[in-house]
Amino acid sequence: MSEGFDLRRIDRRIIFVLVLVAVVWPLIAPLRLPMDVSPPVQNLYNTIEEIPAGSIVMLAGDYSPDTMPELQPMTDTFLRHAFRNDLRVVVACLWPASPPLVERALLPLADEFGKVDGVDYVNLGYMAGGTVTLLGMGASIPNTFPSDYSGTPVREIPLMQEVQNFDDIAFVMEISAGTPGTREWVQQVQSRFRVALGSGTTAVGAPNFYPYVQSGQLVGLLGGLKGAAEYETLLEYPGLATKGMDAQSVVHALIVVFIILGNVAYFAARRKGRA
Amino acid sequence: MNWLHMLFNGPPGTPASVVWGFWVAAILTISIYSFLYKDNPLYKFAESLFVGLGAAYWLALLYHETLVPKLLHPLFPGGSGDPVQWIRIIPGVLAVFMLLRFFPKLSWLSRWALGFIVGMYSAVNITGFAQADFVAQIYATMTTPLNSGGALAIILNVVAIVGVCATLIYFFFSKEHKGVLGGFARLGIWFLMIAFGASFGYTVMGRVSLLIGRMQFMLRDWLHIIE
Repeated sequence: MSEGFDLRRIDRRIIFVLVLVAVVWPLIAPLRLPMDVSPPVQNLYNTIEEIPAGSIVMLAGDYSPDTMPELQPMTDTFLRHAFRNDLRVVVACLWPASPPLVERALLPLADEFGKVDGVDYVNLGYMAGGTVTLLGMGASIPNTFPSDYSGTPVREIPLMQEVQNFDDIAFVMEISAGTPGTREWVQQVQSRFRVALGSGTTAVGAPNFYPYVQSGQLVGLLGGLKGAAEYETLLEYPGLATKGMDAQSVVHALIVVFIILGNVAYFAARRKGRA
Repeated sequence: MNWLHMLFNGPPGTPASVVWGFWVAAILTISIYSFLYKDNPLYKFAESLFVGLGAAYWLALLYHETLVPKLLHPLFPGGSGDPVQWIRIIPGVLAVFMLLRFFPKLSWLSRWALGFIVGMYSAVNITGFAQADFVAQIYATMTTPLNSGGALAIILNVVAIVGVCATLIYFFFSKEHKGVLGGFARLGIWFLMIAFGASFGYTVMGRVSLLIGRMQFMLRDWLHIIE
């Protein structure tokens, strides 16, 4: 006797294909769905806008290639924002894979804005130690990072003559994929040295850090690809994150449909079982 | 013809090594995703390649980025002119102690290194946690404004305060959850469930973002279908 079509036993490969189509189709034929900007992203943008030109800001790149789709657009957009506003950027990383990823955004943007290595920006590279490195930076950034990513001693770098510790940094932008990351920067740097701190994190980690935004410990937070897209919108520079938002929205709608269908099938089966 | 030329040679000025790199990455991506159809030798090869390359990459990275600048160069500066930092012998010895864990007769020495690490990190993290995660969060909750920011902001602030209290009450096990206390504890469960749901939603969003990133690479950098 035929059992008929059972939605609960649908081949999962059909779902995989539908998700693939939902991702690929909006990338090829953009829908250009409207996007609003959330307050945490707006606050982050406003804070950076208020930093006087010529000030020194820090970009802490703490991520690896597996989280590049979400975090690389944030790095790219922050550097664009900083260079556009003539802010000088010091890059310091607590993850060993981060320095080359930051360079992928830093070098082309430095060329685009005519910025000079060692004068307008410097990539100090990676230093092991996590929390201990943060405390060391609070005492002396040159002692903690004795040379930059290319091996040049910091005492020979003009920009680093003006940077001793966090008192000389107007703002820190932390791009984080895990530990050490946003939580350590809040606990060890923001709470001790009271430096203005903003963060960009993966969507997985973002819910953990919204309490820091609510308490004012973070001036703003970019959560996942959506956060990066909102930041790009504020800068009026539609990059990879903005282009991915259509696909994100379509897939989310598809998942909601799956959840509804799954629940319909479940309750229908339960009613059939009782009957 | 133009598209085919770009597929195998990349945009003008692209080095051949970069184009071949895109092809290798695309083929490995497809190999990994082939697991969604069923397990197969291509997937197994790509997975093993990833594990092996990842282990080798991290080993090289940690040697050049940690061992050399933190231990080997300070102890053996060579002709660089930097002074020898003899104090680095202490962490070097502790590092060796950690490795002795693999030798049963000497594994007790690793407890000294572990004890140092646990003690130091506890001291560093307790103060940071107490200030940032405990005091600052309690202060922010206590000073949440209930008379400014508009009606919606006030409602949300009240919800936040009620949620904090109800959730904390749920974790208070010194009294049975009955009556008013039980009611607040059940409310706390609802707040927890909603928070977990929101967190799971963000997790789904994160995973979809990674898929979108891969597809952007495949369609833009490899196939040159999108800009």
